[in-house]
Amino acid sequence: MSLTTTHPSTTETVAHPGTDDAPARSHLGLKRPDHSTGWKDWLTTVDHKKIGIMYAIFALGFLIMGGIEALVIRAQLAVSENNLVSAETYNQLFTMHGTTMVFLAVMPLSSAFFNFLVPLQIGARDVAFPRLNAFSLWTFVAGAVVINLSWLFQAANALGWFTPVDGFTDIVPSAGWFGYAPLTGDQYSGIGTDFWIYGLQVLGIASIAASLNFIVTIINFRAPGMKMMRLPVFVWMTLITSILVIFAFPPITVALAELMFDRTFGANFFRVEQGGQPILWQHLFWVFGHPEVYILILPAMGIISEILPVFSRKPLFGYSLIIFSGAVIGFLGFAVWSHHMFTTGLGKVATAAFSLLTMAIAVPTGVKIFNWIGTLWGGKIKFSVPMVLSLGFIWMFMMGGFSGIMHSAAPADAQQQDSYFVVAHFHYVLIGGSILSLLAGIYFWLPKATGKMWVGKLGYWVSGVVIVGLNLTFFPMHFLGMIGMPRRTHTYLEGTGWQPMNLVCTIGAFVLAIGIFMFLWDLVRTIKKGKPAGNDPWGGRTLEWTTSSPPASYNFAETPIVHSRDALWAHKHGNAALRIGSVKADPHGIHMPSQSWFPLFASTGFLVLGLSMALKQAGVPYCGYIAIGGLCITVVGIYLWALEGPGGYHVKPEEAK
Amino acid sequence: MSHAQDSSLPADHIPTGLDSKKLIMWLFLASDCMFFGTLITTHLVYRKIYENIGVDPIQIFDIELTTASSFILLMSSLFMALAVSAIHKGNVASFRWNLIGVIIFGLLFLAGQVYEFHHFVTHSGLTLSSGTFGSTFYLMTGTHGVHVAMGIVWLISWLIYSFTARFNAHQHAVDVETAGLYWHFVDIIWIVIFTAVYLIEYV
Repeated sequence: MSLTTTHPSTTETVAHPGTDDAPARSHLGLKRPDHSTGWKDWLTTVDHKKIGIMYAIFALGFLIMGGIEALVIRAQLAVSENNLVSAETYNQLFTMHGTTMVFLAVMPLSSAFFNFLVPLQIGARDVAFPRLNAFSLWTFVAGAVVINLSWLFQAANALGWFTPVDGFTDIVPSAGWFGYAPLTGDQYSGIGTDFWIYGLQVLGIASIAASLNFIVTIINFRAPGMKMMRLPVFVWMTLITSILVIFAFPPITVALAELMFDRTFGANFFRVEQGGQPILWQHLFWVFGHPEVYILILPAMGIISEILPVFSRKPLFGYSLIIFSGAVIGFLGFAVWSHHMFTTGLGKVATAAFSLLTMAIAVPTGVKIFNWIGTLWGGKIKFSVPMVLSLGFIWMFMMGGFSGIMHSAAPADAQQQDSYFVVAHFHYVLIGGSILSLLAGIYFWLPKATGKMWVGKLGYWVSGVVIVGLNLTFFPMHFLGMIGMPRRTHTYLEGTGWQPMNLVCTIGAFVLAIGIFMFLWDLVRTIKKGKPAGNDPWGGRTLEWTTSSPPASYNFAETPIVHSRDALWAHKHGNAALRIGSVKADPHGIHMPSQSWFPLFASTGFLVLGLSMALKQAGVPYCGYIAIGGLCITVVGIYLWALEGPGGYHVKPEEAK
Repeated sequence: MSHAQDSSLPADHIPTGLDSKKLIMWLFLASDCMFFGTLITTHLVYRKIYENIGVDPIQIFDIELTTASSFILLMSSLFMALAVSAIHKGNVASFRWNLIGVIIFGLLFLAGQVYEFHHFVTHSGLTLSSGTFGSTFYLMTGTHGVHVAMGIVWLISWLIYSFTARFNAHQHAVDVETAGLYWHFVDIIWIVIFTAVYLIEYV
């Protein structure tokens, strides 16, 4: 670590006025990777748009992985007394399915939209801390890789190449996505739990870093005139989601740290024989876990609130009320966690209070639904693919909402707890809610991101097949739950009467998978063959549609000045006073941040740290030292990052075209 | 207000007027409150609700030592405030001396904690595996100690950097102030821990 660089003293330069090229060397004397191309450009980029696209690619990859896990689960349950996979593998499949879908598919796909859209929608050059943003992406990848490497070690174990000393052959996480104590204790589960602990810890760092960045960006980087109550609703929902992340992730991080201390260093947080209380895990997990539900759905609500007005040719009905409801949902989200624990015997007062608050949280959600319907009311509705998916969202999300309210009544919940009814409920909310709206968002904004317009009408088929598949899979599960089928059951006996509906569910799951496959086909086909989309293919309302498609690296040639909500709509159709203005461009050009290797470098340390800590539990020699080495990589990376200086170079918009 | 071209606004205007580095630190500290909140809650829940904690804290604690080290940590915050004030005024010599004060007092506090941990383990037999009390106590105070240690490393980095040619008091004042926010926060957390974990045992 060279703290004392011997460069000649210059004034600390953010830029060299008059020159357009990057200061080619950083303060460390290393060549900055600016203006690089190909894979090197993607690895070192600090551009929020490229980072957003990478989030989307990784998220879609993990969506496929989680989907394959789900299909194996459904194939196993298709007929009674089936033995397609062993019970042990089945536990691993549902654990990894849940963990993958929540943390590695839906959250990063939402992150992809945050990254790509927020700076464009608020009229900013980039996020507040571009290198921190790159660090968040690579740290997310590191955490995701740590969790999923467990599959490779499981395979190595099956081949006889790798045997953990703790005697467990269970190497993929298998204690469920909410990892209840004491099942995760070292007496009951193997190093799969360690992969899960360290992977989630690393993912938590990534999520918190990204969220801090977005809050600062939204608060401080708005274009002139972009007051808080003029922000697009998606930006508002990003802000609320980010606030939820920074408050919800610390409790799970502490819970995971406590579990790690129990497993690795002999602490007693969850060891019953030493006075530990497994209920503590449930509280800490759900204090995180319930806000997490809103972390998954609020971005979806933001996307829907952007799409509906565009295709209804009307402003969003009750803009302020939608934002206020979002904030109330976020706030109440921290006050309802114990409704996941009604059957644990909390006592009448606590149960009644959490029951009441859970019913209360349905109110702002209902307000949003009515506002969306109000937006459609009397509008000139155009049934484009994003619109069809958005309408599907409203309907399907409401279905999930209704069964959600049923859970708020504690006596009813006691009957539904851990049954397939719950599985039906949260898949309606997560697929019917989050995934449908994320698909809608991709159909809506892909022309902006790639500059290519969708080819043909396959998108309508995608919407139809996904929605039919979703209902075919999960609607029968309500009844399965009601007639007693428990969740997470490896198989079931022939005489239970669960057989026919399970078969329908399985067929539905494959229909859903075909829908997702058609979507991916449509995506690839459009990226390859799509015709140029133009700047504003849908008749958009917000600032991102004023930029070129795909937007230039600097976003806006001149920073816009905003005079109303729905700035572009007012610009196109409103009176002259509401036209979008522009800040006079700097004659030196637009200042761009330098690219850097160090965010990636620092994140690599987490990969080494997580992997070696998990393997240390398996008794692999020297792993403790390698873990310390991993931590050193991160620390050194952060120092080099700090000491290379911010750098930066100037781009002249006319040249860049 | 003319709308087509409005050059009165600088391109780098900040709506809140609050520096982004300071803002992100405030937000991080808000998040960190939840970390410590969870750790302290875990400790208090196990300590106060469940009987079976395995040890008697009053027999273990050395309240005189902890009071002294708490005072030292609080005084380090005074030096930190003086260091921030000095760098805002461009007085680099005063900034360095005060920073050295913070670092020494921070190290004294850490030394006190190391001594305390060592004493607890060797004389009182309180380890990480001693009931739930050992677990919650060491994880919570240990996390705080790591925060102090990271703060010290951060401030030592600034001390060394202040001797390099790139150091510019005017430009780096806000960075030092950001480090100061962190340092004060870690002190405040200790006041909560000292009260809710140590003093409460003597009530």
